[in-house]
Amino acid sequence: MLKFTNVFKNYDKSVLADISIEVEEGEFISILGPSGSGKSTILRLASKLIRPSRGEISYKNNKPPSIGFVFQDATLMPWRNVLDNIILPLELNGVRRNISTKKAAEWIKKVGLEGKENSFPGELSGGQKMRVSLARSMVTDCDLLLLDEPFAALDEITRRKLEEDLLKIWKREKFTILLVTHSVNEAVYLSERVIVLSTGPGKIISDKKIFKENFDQDFRNSQQLLDLNKTVYNLLAREKNS
Amino acid sequence: MKNISNYLAPIIALIVLLAIWEIFVYSSNIPIYILPAPTDIFLSLHSNLNDLLGSALITLRITIYAFVIAFFVSLFLAIVFSLSNILESSLYPITVIFQVTPVVAIAPLILIWVGLDNAELAILILSVIVAFFPMLANTNLGFKSVDQNLLDLFLLNGASKWQILSKLRIPFALPYILTGMKTSIGLALIGTVVAEFVAGTGSSKGLAWTIIESGNRLDISKLFAGLMLLVLLGITLFMLMTAIERNLLKRWHESTQGDRG
Repeated sequence: MLKFTNVFKNYDKSVLADISIEVEEGEFISILGPSGSGKSTILRLASKLIRPSRGEISYKNNKPPSIGFVFQDATLMPWRNVLDNIILPLELNGVRRNISTKKAAEWIKKVGLEGKENSFPGELSGGQKMRVSLARSMVTDCDLLLLDEPFAALDEITRRKLEEDLLKIWKREKFTILLVTHSVNEAVYLSERVIVLSTGPGKIISDKKIFKENFDQDFRNSQQLLDLNKTVYNLLAREKNS
Repeated sequence: MKNISNYLAPIIALIVLLAIWEIFVYSSNIPIYILPAPTDIFLSLHSNLNDLLGSALITLRITIYAFVIAFFVSLFLAIVFSLSNILESSLYPITVIFQVTPVVAIAPLILIWVGLDNAELAILILSVIVAFFPMLANTNLGFKSVDQNLLDLFLLNGASKWQILSKLRIPFALPYILTGMKTSIGLALIGTVVAEFVAGTGSSKGLAWTIIESGNRLDISKLFAGLMLLVLLGITLFMLMTAIERNLLKRWHESTQGDRG
């Protein structure tokens, strides 16, 4: 659905160098890398918020997919309640209020925020805010969900719960996800494919498919997850020390 | 309990201050034309109430008009600046000129331009000049401080410039706009009074005119009564703006949630 071909991005200095990724429909890909490796830049390029300095980004049938974006902090509008925050993308696209309200209500239910429709962001916990942000990004029935370290600021318990909920939603909705994260465990646990970037300017040093056995049976505590963690961690550590 | 003491403390302090003033004036035999005692001022306020309230209403009317005009001018300019960098870099320095020029220095010029017969219009213009800059500076800052991620989110969803302005920049800047308004309402009053002073007696019968006239007649009690009304006017306007601010921001802005715990 999305293809990066020899993409370079420079600001004052080079941020990304020769990135080629082919993203298949329905994939859950994590992008890992040290700070300054250009991970977030890949998401901004994929969303067309910025353009590559060199190289090409193409979409299936030349039609950009509809995109949902979740930032590291929830980035909610504090003057709008939960419902009106989630409605925003539909409102900007001119969807009628009664339709968008119905749609937002569905997503409020899917992310487990029933009863919080009229709360303001200042009245929510960090985890609840992130749930609103996730619902807002998906309310347009997006084809491609871009997640930029969405759980980095959350405590471990909330983070795990959100990761599990995200997985459930992804399996049900079948959209494509590109997740940028610092956490090896998060990347390996959540995704089917892990891309590891080098220190800046970011180059791809590993692009690995992850086959999960017995995923539904307590994968979180399985030996397989530990082994996968170790493999990816070693790749990162080698890069960091090189 | 803490709330009550917060309100009571300044009132008690004021009463103590007035009592010390009263005792000082009577024990030192200070003539009334130099420093009247608070009771003299209250008596003067009572006997000249119609006269003083009439003047206060004139000053209040010009202040409100100036504030409203300044609000729309500053909002319009801030919107223009947010839409065009070139217009901002060309016009913003010019607005700074108005801010740094003392109003008394340009008052005679404005008076000549609008004609001495139109002193009230001159006062209005001068008051607008004094009041508009803090609102412009704050609104402009608010528009520029918009969260970059939120802006990206709007762009990602194909928002138009108008949608970005009305659904993001203006609500985001609201706390900034209200801070500017709180500063400007006081400045509009100061601008009006200063302009009334410069315009001179007889041309406008606002509170400044009453104060000048009372001074000329050595009726210092009435002068103080006029000053007292002026202070009350200023405080009331400020409190009104604070109430509007609290009301508009109460559910979502940190500044209004100090007592939530």
